[in-house]
Amino acid sequence: MGFTASKDASGVYLIRVEGQLIVGNRQELKTAVQQALDHDERRFVIDFSRTGYIDSSGLGALVSISKRVREQGGELRLSGLNEDLRSLFELTKLDTLFAISDTAERAVGSFAA
Amino acid sequence: MTAPVPASLQLCVRRRRLPGPSGATVQVSLRVPSDVACIEEVVDLLMRHCCTGGWLCRKLRFNLRVAIAEALANAIVAGNQEDRSKWVQVQAEVCGDRIRVEVTDQGPGFDPASISAPVLPEDLDRPNGRGLFLIRHLVDDVSFNAQGNSICMTLRRR
Repeated sequence: MGFTASKDASGVYLIRVEGQLIVGNRQELKTAVQQALDHDERRFVIDFSRTGYIDSSGLGALVSISKRVREQGGELRLSGLNEDLRSLFELTKLDTLFAISDTAERAVGSFAA
Repeated sequence: MTAPVPASLQLCVRRRRLPGPSGATVQVSLRVPSDVACIEEVVDLLMRHCCTGGWLCRKLRFNLRVAIAEALANAIVAGNQEDRSKWVQVQAEVCGDRIRVEVTDQGPGFDPASISAPVLPEDLDRPNGRGLFLIRHLVDDVSFNAQGNSICMTLRRR
């Protein structure tokens, strides 16, 4: 897994996950978000439009990240889940825990709405 | 001083014909180091050798990928405790309209009935415990050996 991080003009920190998010690399994502929090970023979008699959550790990492962001007064939104990935969130009821948008652009824009 | 040589995957693939209408059977055997960095490669290898062409639809290919990744993660992390002196054995077999994948670790085993998934609203913040729950929902049949260190998953084509 790799990821690219960028900050848009409205101050939303967007991380695009490329490849799988699984037990072997979940810590990289957690570290990236923590570093951004340490630099006072508070609004996050994690985009999965280039992600093949996510395992339970990856889902768990997102749960941990969400909790950490909320504890520090921030907000996390997810985007770009295809039908297969979305089914994992529905099975585990995590679709009720996360705000999920179809695209990264919509997720970023929803902060301003 | 020389650096330690990393443990590598050991792969064996056999193709044979079975009598009857089911046709060709593929058997894949993998010996996997207890290193989570291997998981993605093992999943890709199994899919490449067991699900060539359009044998499985996109949805079932996805389900199988996730189920195998989960079983490997459980075996390496919970079973073998990421002890690099231990291995995970993977046996996969395609026969007729089904694929069967067995993942065995060298750990003491566990009681699958003791695992509860955090799907209640008050539990959703729990980061762990979803692996076995996912496997049970992604494949058609799941069973364990008596010791609890070997999981057998079966997925049927439909």
